[in-house]
Amino acid sequence: MAVGNREVLLDPLFNNNPIALQVLGICSALAVTVQMKPALVMSIAVVFVTAFSNLSVSLIRNYVPSSIRIIVQLTIIASLVIITDSILQAFVYEISKQLTVFVALIITNCIVMGRAEAFAMQNKPWPSFVDGVGNGLGYGLILMIVAFARELLGSGTVFGYTVLRPVSEGGWYVPNGLLVLPPAAFFLIGVFIWAVRSWKTDQVEEEFHVGALLEPSHEGHIR
Amino acid sequence: MEHSLRYIVLFAVAVCAVCSVFVAVADVSLRDRQARNRALDIQGQVLALAGIPDVDELTDDEVEKLYTERIEPRIVTVATGEYVEGAETKDWDQQKVMKDPDTSRSAPGNAARVRRIPTESIIYQVKDEHGGLDAVILPIQGMGLWGVLFGYLAVASDGETIDGITFYEHKETPGLGAEVDNPRWKALWPGRKIYDAEGRVAIRVKKGIAGPVDTDPNQVDGLSGATITSRGVTNTLAFWLGDAGFSPYLTRLRAHGGSH
Repeated sequence: MAVGNREVLLDPLFNNNPIALQVLGICSALAVTVQMKPALVMSIAVVFVTAFSNLSVSLIRNYVPSSIRIIVQLTIIASLVIITDSILQAFVYEISKQLTVFVALIITNCIVMGRAEAFAMQNKPWPSFVDGVGNGLGYGLILMIVAFARELLGSGTVFGYTVLRPVSEGGWYVPNGLLVLPPAAFFLIGVFIWAVRSWKTDQVEEEFHVGALLEPSHEGHIR
Repeated sequence: MEHSLRYIVLFAVAVCAVCSVFVAVADVSLRDRQARNRALDIQGQVLALAGIPDVDELTDDEVEKLYTERIEPRIVTVATGEYVEGAETKDWDQQKVMKDPDTSRSAPGNAARVRRIPTESIIYQVKDEHGGLDAVILPIQGMGLWGVLFGYLAVASDGETIDGITFYEHKETPGLGAEVDNPRWKALWPGRKIYDAEGRVAIRVKKGIAGPVDTDPNQVDGLSGATITSRGVTNTLAFWLGDAGFSPYLTRLRAHGGSH
C-alpha cells in the first residue's frame, strides 16, 4: 500500500471512521457514552489495544498459519485487554470500577479484530501500529462527541462539571432522560453519520445490490 | 502457505506462552497497587459513611490515618448478635468468610439472592471525637440487575436510625442503576427509620418520590429508570436487617448500646 503514515493515522478520523463509515464497534459505543470521563478512559484503552494488537499481529503475520490466524489474533487481543484492565485497576481505580465490564468487552469490539484481520495481516509493523492508533482515535472521537451530547443534555454536566444546572439541584434545566438510555447513542451516531456523509458525499453508499457484499473491497464490514 | 500440523500446534503453544508471560507479569507487578486501591476505596467509603466530609479530597495516607483513629472493626456472631472478644480483624475477608462452608451457613430463601450467611461477620464501630459510639456500619450485599451490589449500611447507635448507605462495588448500568453510587441519592438516606410503628423492618426504596424524613421515615426515592436495581436495594436491606441477618445484633444494640 502506497499511503503515507499520516494518511493511515488521520484517515480513520473522518474519511474512514470505524464507527461512522465501517459501522464497527457500535456495541460499546452505546454503553460507555453516558458520561465523558469513562468514555475518555475507554477511548484511551481502545487506542492502546488496537495499536498493540495491530503491532503484534503484524510482527507475526508471515509466520501465522492461516488456519488458526483468527484464534491467534483473539489470544493476543484478549491478553492485551486483560493487561489494560489490570493497569486501569492499578492507576485509575475509580474509573475502572465503572468500566471494568466494558473494558473486558473490548475483546469483542469488532474494530480491534477488524483492523487486525484487514490491515495488520497485510502490512508492516509500524504502519499497522499507526493504523491501530488511528482507528482507536476514530472510535474515541465518536465516543467523545456522543458522550458530550449525552452527558450535557442527559445530566447537564460536562466531565462532571455542572453546566446546565438541573432542576433537582435547584436549577432550571430538566435533564432529558432519553439521552441517558442506550438508544440515545444510536440516534446520535445516526446523526453523526448523516453529518459526515453530507460533508463527504463520497461516503454515501451506492444503492444496495447483493453483489456488493461479495466484493473483496468490503473487508471492513465484519460484524 | 501450507503448514504442517506440528508447526501449527507449536505455533499456537508459543503464542499462548508469550501471551501468558505478559499477562502474568502485568498481574503480579500490579497486584499490590490494586489491593491497596481496593482497601483504600473501602476505607474511604466507610469514612464517608461515618460522616467524615470530603473524603475524596484526602490523600491516601490521611485516609489510612483517619480510618485507624475513628473506626474500630469488630467481629460479631450473627445469630446471637454478640461480639467475639479478641477476634483478629486485620486480614478479615468478608467474601471469603461467606463462601467458606466452615465459617458460613446456607441462607434461607430470600429475594436478595444471598446464598450464604457468615457465622461471624465484621462490623465497624464509628467513634465520635471523645471515643464514644457514634454509629455502626454493617456490610450488606444482594442482587441488583446485572450483578451483586456490595455495600455498607450505617446505623446510628440507637439501632434504628439510618446514618447512611453506600455501595462500593456493583455492575449496574452507568447513568441508571449505577446511580446507587450517586451522592445526591445517598444523601436521601440519613435519618430514615429501619422499622415501622409495629417494629417490622420497613425501610424500602419506593417507585417515585418519597416524602421528607419526618413524614415518610421508611421510604426513599426510587432510582428512575432502574426499577430492578431499586428493588435489589430494598431486598438487600430486608434480608440483612431481618432475622437471618443483623436483627439480633441491632436488637442488642437498641437494648444495651454498643458496649454489650
